[in-house]
Amino acid sequence: MSVRSWLKLALAAFAALALSAISLAGAVADKPDPVADANAFRNYFVKKFPNVKLEDFVNGPYALNEDMRRQWLEKEQFPPYEFSLEMGKELFARPFANGKHYSDCLPNQGIGIRQNFPYFDEKEGKVVTLELALNRCREANGEEVISYVGEEMAALTAHMAFTSRGKPFDIKIPNDPRALEAYQNGKRYFYTRRGQLNFSCATCHVQNPGERMRAEVLAPALGILNALPIYRSEWGGMGTTSRRFTTCNSQIRGVPLEPQADEYRDLEYYLSYVSNGLPISGPGARP
Amino acid sequence: MSMIGSTAQIRLCCLLVPMWLIASTVSVPAAGSEAEFKAAFAAAEAAEKEAEGLRNRWTATEAALTEANKAADRGDFDQAISQAKEAEALAKASIFQDTNEKDAWKNLEIR
Repeated sequence: MSVRSWLKLALAAFAALALSAISLAGAVADKPDPVADANAFRNYFVKKFPNVKLEDFVNGPYALNEDMRRQWLEKEQFPPYEFSLEMGKELFARPFANGKHYSDCLPNQGIGIRQNFPYFDEKEGKVVTLELALNRCREANGEEVISYVGEEMAALTAHMAFTSRGKPFDIKIPNDPRALEAYQNGKRYFYTRRGQLNFSCATCHVQNPGERMRAEVLAPALGILNALPIYRSEWGGMGTTSRRFTTCNSQIRGVPLEPQADEYRDLEYYLSYVSNGLPISGPGARP
Repeated sequence: MSMIGSTAQIRLCCLLVPMWLIASTVSVPAAGSEAEFKAAFAAAEAAEKEAEGLRNRWTATEAALTEANKAADRGDFDQAISQAKEAEALAKASIFQDTNEKDAWKNLEIR
């Protein structure tokens, strides 16, 4: 082989090596890294609001606005979600027609487990939220499903959140590419602009927390689901996570997806994961 | 031709010529037909179906489609066509938004 041929071969090999290195670097850059994401997410809010204690982010706008905080603390003496809590406790204890209970379907009989939801079900290959688990329990016991945006679901999840108050979110991403994909899909949904107003979830809850949107003070995304379900004065009642997501979509003039659509389940998975370590504070109350 | 006849003809011309000029410059739009509405509505529906497939429908598009149907039901095809075209434009905007966001969402990401 001549020197020229050797040179050509070496050049081709070098080019191929360089190309594969570039594509490998691209793949590494695109690979989701939930741990790095969660750290960056937390650091962003801590830096943006240096006077807010980390665990206080779960109190949403009350962590950012002193006047609102004082009013909220007074309201908490007779919280507006109290009726819902009582209803939830009663519904949770009421047996199904077959004599079984919600507690028969859930780990630790449903007490103090809110912080572990949503989880990725490796058997199904999808995210399972607490609301979904409750309705699946009903179906498994021959009961009709209840509305994901109704007061019964809000009451049940309020009761369950209350039994988990103070426990830190502990969302896990198992070593399953589908789990990582669900996480990534949730992240993409969170940052994607939609609706006629061209807003993403992040437009309000990352770029503008603490700012006013009409009469409301926008909550930070960090810890935003820890307070769910919530009593909202604007709604004049309790609202589930499903209600929160679908209402957000309507407010930006988008047609909401069906409650518990894969997109919403993945969004809840992502948002809960990046708030890992922050305590459950639900049920909450918001203006 | 008498002087009186000539004056009357001039007056008539003074009246008719401006009327003809006005009539020729101001074009009256033709009323929209049911067939035109159906075509406009089908185009809007097709675009909205594509937006639905992308899981990105807008409430304004749905409202415009409803208004188009209502106007057609009462026989106001001009309004119906106008609303259908509005709906199509909105649906196409939502499709564009979705396409654009395929990568643009990463610009907002906290890193």
